[in-house]
Amino acid sequence: MQSSASDFKNNARRAVDDPQLRKALDHVKTGFIDKRAKAVAKLPEFEALRDQSRDIKDHTLAHLDLYLEHYEQKVLEAGGQVHWCATAEDARATILEICRQAGATSVTKGKTMIGEEIGINAHLEANGITPVETDLGEYIIQLRGETPSHIIAPAVHVTKDLVEADFRAHHKHLPADRPLSEPRQLLGEARQVLRQKFLEAEVGITGANFLVAETGSSIIVTNEGNGDLTQILPKVHIVIASLEKIVPSLEDATTILRVLARSATGQEFSTYTTLSTGPKRPEDLDGPEEYHVVLLDNGRSRMLGTEFQDVLRCIRCGACMNHCPVYHAIGGHAYGWVYPGPIGAVLTPGLIGVEEAGHLPNASTFCGRCEAVCPVKIPLPKMMRHWREREFERHLSPLAVRGGLKIWTFFVRRPALYHFAAGLKMRALAALGRRKGRFKRLPFASGWTAYRDFPAPQGRTFQQLWAKQLRAKRGRP
Amino acid sequence: MSAGREAILGAIRRSLKRGPDDRTAKAAVAQRLSGHPRGLVPARSQIPPDAQVDLFVAQATEQSATVHRVADRESVPAAVVAYLKAENLPAAVRMAPDPALEALPWDGQALLEVARGPAVESDQVSVTAAHSAVAETGTLVLHSAATAPTTLNFLPETHIVVLEAAAVVGAYEDVWDRLRAARGAALLPRTVNFITGPSRSADIEQTLQLGAHGPRRLHIILVDHGETSHQGR
Repeated sequence: MQSSASDFKNNARRAVDDPQLRKALDHVKTGFIDKRAKAVAKLPEFEALRDQSRDIKDHTLAHLDLYLEHYEQKVLEAGGQVHWCATAEDARATILEICRQAGATSVTKGKTMIGEEIGINAHLEANGITPVETDLGEYIIQLRGETPSHIIAPAVHVTKDLVEADFRAHHKHLPADRPLSEPRQLLGEARQVLRQKFLEAEVGITGANFLVAETGSSIIVTNEGNGDLTQILPKVHIVIASLEKIVPSLEDATTILRVLARSATGQEFSTYTTLSTGPKRPEDLDGPEEYHVVLLDNGRSRMLGTEFQDVLRCIRCGACMNHCPVYHAIGGHAYGWVYPGPIGAVLTPGLIGVEEAGHLPNASTFCGRCEAVCPVKIPLPKMMRHWREREFERHLSPLAVRGGLKIWTFFVRRPALYHFAAGLKMRALAALGRRKGRFKRLPFASGWTAYRDFPAPQGRTFQQLWAKQLRAKRGRP
Repeated sequence: MSAGREAILGAIRRSLKRGPDDRTAKAAVAQRLSGHPRGLVPARSQIPPDAQVDLFVAQATEQSATVHRVADRESVPAAVVAYLKAENLPAAVRMAPDPALEALPWDGQALLEVARGPAVESDQVSVTAAHSAVAETGTLVLHSAATAPTTLNFLPETHIVVLEAAAVVGAYEDVWDRLRAARGAALLPRTVNFITGPSRSADIEQTLQLGAHGPRRLHIILVDHGETSHQGR
């Protein structure tokens, strides 16, 4: 997928000015957060399960090569194939070749973020094969020619009225006067339209929430059942997954499944959790004749052993973005690539480079909610700081930031001078702002005052107030 | 693509700073795979078998499945017919070619049309048997076999599942143990389905709607005293 992450600032500005998007994002702020909180409250073991999930992922990453080898062996034993793809280009070529071998003209797709990462839809289309997204949200944005704005709710930026307009524009074969204003009617229409596509496709492509080394199985977790129809009806099933999706055993997958749905949608368990192991067996009455796993690296092996290794623990639940004030304000598209929100801010520079995506780790208030809700406890704010350091080291940050930091460093290394200068500034600002209690404009602070007033200080610095409070405490008997 | 394989494994080992034959690492992996230790199993399902069955019913119902408890297997066909009538559905089902289901007294339901085999587009109602069920979250477990085509679980709008009370276990881990015990070193079946309630989507304005691409209705007929009761306990 093409990145526009380097244009983050303009993307964000446009997003903030979009009233339709603001309306759509209101659903994220309330719905996801409440549902997760309720699900967590119902499971006393949730915190302990987060720790265990983190430990499973850490153990797996430390032995990643060995688990992948075992996994491959099990897939082969089950009659499937594993295609190791170092780059997105390798993965696209491999998938196209499998589709051609199958004589495919249409391909149904379950939801896959790796599919977005490698841009598989555009590649298939360019080669005369029609990809059909079957997850409702993915189907909506495919009709709109858009990309997902959320990793588990891809059409979260689209309001119901827009969906109705899109369906009316694309489903011309249906009566023009049909009622279509209710979500129930929209869902019914998508079901009806896509049913035929499911039955026609020669190849079905799904992602994977887990790959199980013990059994050579891929696991998908869905609510609609589209992923299942995608992987049982066509004669070829292709799984696209990145390296870090692997877990050792069925028990390990189970532990992480207990935190996945609760963190993602606030469900205790998703409607469908499905394990696929190889193609259909000789005695089976249905199922695909071929089973291929396209195993993608695309920069992940490079992140192992670095300060960014922990991000490979991610299980793609979306809780970090659901709880992120920056995501709430700008939505997912502004991030400019596949993965939005805090996880995108950390993962994207790792996968496509800090030169392209350096703005993303700067788009944070460091409120820490993302880390607090992450089911595998990825230290997201800390990693954003690491990326900022790298950006600074490589002289990628703008001159004003570097200059400002230099001046600040000069003072902060000389505490006496710092306290003196800060005290002077506070007194001066307090005197100047006494009348109104706030400033509409301030030199060197237009980035702040262009959007809101700057409150006038009361005349003392934090250190002075703190010292005073300490003195008062000690003075007590 | 074996060049890709070597490139990826090599890159991983360089990052992890160890070779392919590290004995400690290999031993840790072998032990984990053969021992497959359980993680923390939530206390809610660690209760006596009868209470597990009740918990399963409560959880499945909360997830919008409907549950009808019958006293014995012989009552299942009548329960199917009663459900179809109550839901205003046609008296025709596609049934899994499962000997346990075939053995039920379908002949007593003269008006019910029973077809066998994998699902086809026109099928409105399917009848299948569950392998087991998990009390923890009200989850049914079904898997593919010569007697159990997977399409029956997803294509028809209404899915009726026959479940023996004795097949209800506490946690997901108990299902893995049962599958391992039954199949030994053999592979998992091609497809193992964990099903919790009917199909749903909240992709339009985060408003939950039942009946996305899978069944709109999931009806469970729970047989309290099947022949196999108290096995495996």
